[in-house]
Amino acid sequence: MIPEIGHFALVIALCLALVQTIVPILGAQTQTSQWMAVAKPVARGHFLFLIISYACLTYSFIKSDFSVLYVANNSNTALPIYYKISAVWGAHEGSLLLWVLMLGAWTYAVTIFSRSLPNDMVARVIGIMGFVSVGFLLFTLLTSNPFERIFPVPLEGRDLNPLLQDPGLVIHPPMLYMGYVGFSVAFAFAIAALLGGKLDSAWARWSRPWATIAWVFLTIGITLGSWWAYHELGWGGWWFWDPVENASFMPWLVGTALIHSLAVTEKRSSFKNWTVLLAILAFSLSLLGTFLVRSGVLVSVHAFATDPARGVYILMFLAVVIGGSLLLYALRAPKIKSIGQFELVSRETALLLNNVLLLVAMFTILVGTLYPLFLDAINAGKISVGPPYFNAVFVPLMLPLVLVVGVGPFLRWKKATLADTLKKLIKIFIIGLIIGIGLPFLVAGKTSILVLLGITLGGWSIFAALYYLFKNLKRSDSKQSAIQHLKKIPRATYGMTLAHIGIGIFVFGVTFVNAFEVEKELPMKVGEKVEMAGYEFMFNGVRTVQGPNYSSKMGTVDVYKDNKAVARLYPEKRTYLVQQNPMTEAGIDSGFLRDVYVSLGEQINSEAWGMRLYYKPFIQWIWIGAGLMALGGLLAALDRRYRLKLKREKVVEKAVKSKEAAIAAS
Amino acid sequence: MRAKRKQRLIFVTIVLLGFSAATALGVYAIQKNKTYFHTPAEFAAGSVPQDQLIRVGGLVVEGSVNRFDDGVTTEFDLTDTAGTVTVRYKGLLPDLFREGQGIVAQGKLNNQGTIVAQEVLAKHDENYMPPEVAEALKASGASHPENIPKNNY
Repeated sequence: MIPEIGHFALVIALCLALVQTIVPILGAQTQTSQWMAVAKPVARGHFLFLIISYACLTYSFIKSDFSVLYVANNSNTALPIYYKISAVWGAHEGSLLLWVLMLGAWTYAVTIFSRSLPNDMVARVIGIMGFVSVGFLLFTLLTSNPFERIFPVPLEGRDLNPLLQDPGLVIHPPMLYMGYVGFSVAFAFAIAALLGGKLDSAWARWSRPWATIAWVFLTIGITLGSWWAYHELGWGGWWFWDPVENASFMPWLVGTALIHSLAVTEKRSSFKNWTVLLAILAFSLSLLGTFLVRSGVLVSVHAFATDPARGVYILMFLAVVIGGSLLLYALRAPKIKSIGQFELVSRETALLLNNVLLLVAMFTILVGTLYPLFLDAINAGKISVGPPYFNAVFVPLMLPLVLVVGVGPFLRWKKATLADTLKKLIKIFIIGLIIGIGLPFLVAGKTSILVLLGITLGGWSIFAALYYLFKNLKRSDSKQSAIQHLKKIPRATYGMTLAHIGIGIFVFGVTFVNAFEVEKELPMKVGEKVEMAGYEFMFNGVRTVQGPNYSSKMGTVDVYKDNKAVARLYPEKRTYLVQQNPMTEAGIDSGFLRDVYVSLGEQINSEAWGMRLYYKPFIQWIWIGAGLMALGGLLAALDRRYRLKLKREKVVEKAVKSKEAAIAAS
Repeated sequence: MRAKRKQRLIFVTIVLLGFSAATALGVYAIQKNKTYFHTPAEFAAGSVPQDQLIRVGGLVVEGSVNRFDDGVTTEFDLTDTAGTVTVRYKGLLPDLFREGQGIVAQGKLNNQGTIVAQEVLAKHDENYMPPEVAEALKASGASHPENIPKNNY
């Protein structure tokens, strides 16, 4: 009964989404306010029915209702309750439902935070998000119904893919999807502006916090994915240039470009066409990512399912969304006028450079991801394009970007003088250079050109950001106390500073890990001691441990440095009882300056086991840096100026009311 | 109007420069870094160049896995039933490496006809087979019903 309710709720949600698409947009085009007023209540109802549907599926998982095919395929009675709940998005059908649920949530958020927007704008934005929802709901209902029943009912489920039974992967997909789907808001704003023919800086101010929040979610999602891969795959790597990773990284790069370009459009009324294109592109890449992952065209650990019907549907939907919005753009773009003008040396140019570098990087990743698929499709041979390609193209593009990150904020809008700016910044660059030369020797006692370059740029990015904050402090009124000064600086400035510091810290982490990590693969006998990178690893044998739905061979490895015990690690080799898949669970001692990482291989003979040992300097800095970027984005999105207008309206409302009250009283 | 034009010129120049640099970089890097996929049959026929990074996929032949005394080097045969090739790999094998399992190896062919692998990939699903392997098997007319990837959904 419950699954049928879920299914039915999904159908109702589809009907509401259709109404949500058609009525408000028609209303906005004909300026019929009653029709436009439909937008908000329908969008909220649409969200409600999605919640019901999602709750029903979750209920089936918790109750282990194996008469539902999807539950039977992805759950098991022995699965711990938290993994039962997260198993809802463990495979194709459920993750689609999560996708639409989040779209509903974003739309709901738009209905709440859009009071200061003109009615026709709200109507159009909600209508376009309704259209996206229609696309995905139809897809779910036609090709991937999560509520499908099976008969006879199996006694036991096939269990959740063991790879997904990890806390990192419980929150990774929802965050990633929040990011993907979040770009639909910026997209809807862009299309609404094109439909209405009104693209001004107010439009940029509305869509900017939405785009930033979506970007924050995507950043967190990608970071968690990388963290998960590091812990769960047993290879000690944090980024593999796997097509599925690329699929989430491409919208991130364009999203980064978008939030910077929106700044220009908001402040200078410039870059309008470009910003609209970026908003369309960011969302299109999110859809492309969904297509790549969900259609099974990729050879990748993430590709769960293979079914051409799904691929064709998403491809058609992709064509409609991208083709339709580009057509609309082509029709309307000539009318959009960018007012602001700028010289060659200006903040606009720096941001343009940022945009071009990010987009070019995205483009090279797109080529590397799709080119093998293309060759395969035309039967021109099977090739694979691996990390060497991506490193070769991506790193040279990011180095100048980090350089620009340092300079950009110091350049004035419209027209700046390069000589002045450089004079200000030469000290900072020298600090960066000193760090670049000195730090590698402190950390590893050696260096290389690439390390020098990376650390110098990382230090440059961090100190340039701090210096910018410092400059802002000095500029304000000197009579106030330091704390008042700090309070006066807008949150957006803090956000930018934090994010740019995050870039520097990230670059530090990547540079040090790539240059100085030490790795050993060897057979170890019980009681044997191995020395590596100044640490001693002592293997103390393997015992069998029972988990709730797996049995595990758990090794014990003691780590010493200078004859002092540092950590005791428990690398595991788990065998999940249902799917009989072996899984590696690495033993990691994380530290601020280094990680020591041990993963257990196969048993070689009665006393020896294969063992993989890693020493990873500064690896945590990669995720700390990415986390700071996300935090910076969050601060920027919470800047006061986005709420000022709301407040002002409330004040006016109150004033009017009190006046009315006074009149009534008299 | 002059300033406007100048601005547009800056814009277009930067964008064009960026994208042409990227295309050049991308094409060059792909040419340098792509690896072709070959089937075991092609190795048996001797049509695969030596000392070039290649990929090969097939089923691990039952009973062919042989571990060297150093404990970390393994040798095994890969087959698509139309041909067989020997692969040597130094390092720990992935969790799902098993006899009879479809795997992909990346490495170089040496002059003894052995592939010295730098990487061995096996996928995380007992029914899963790399599409290349499935196709290579299909092309060679093999029928391994127990090994053909099952559609789970």
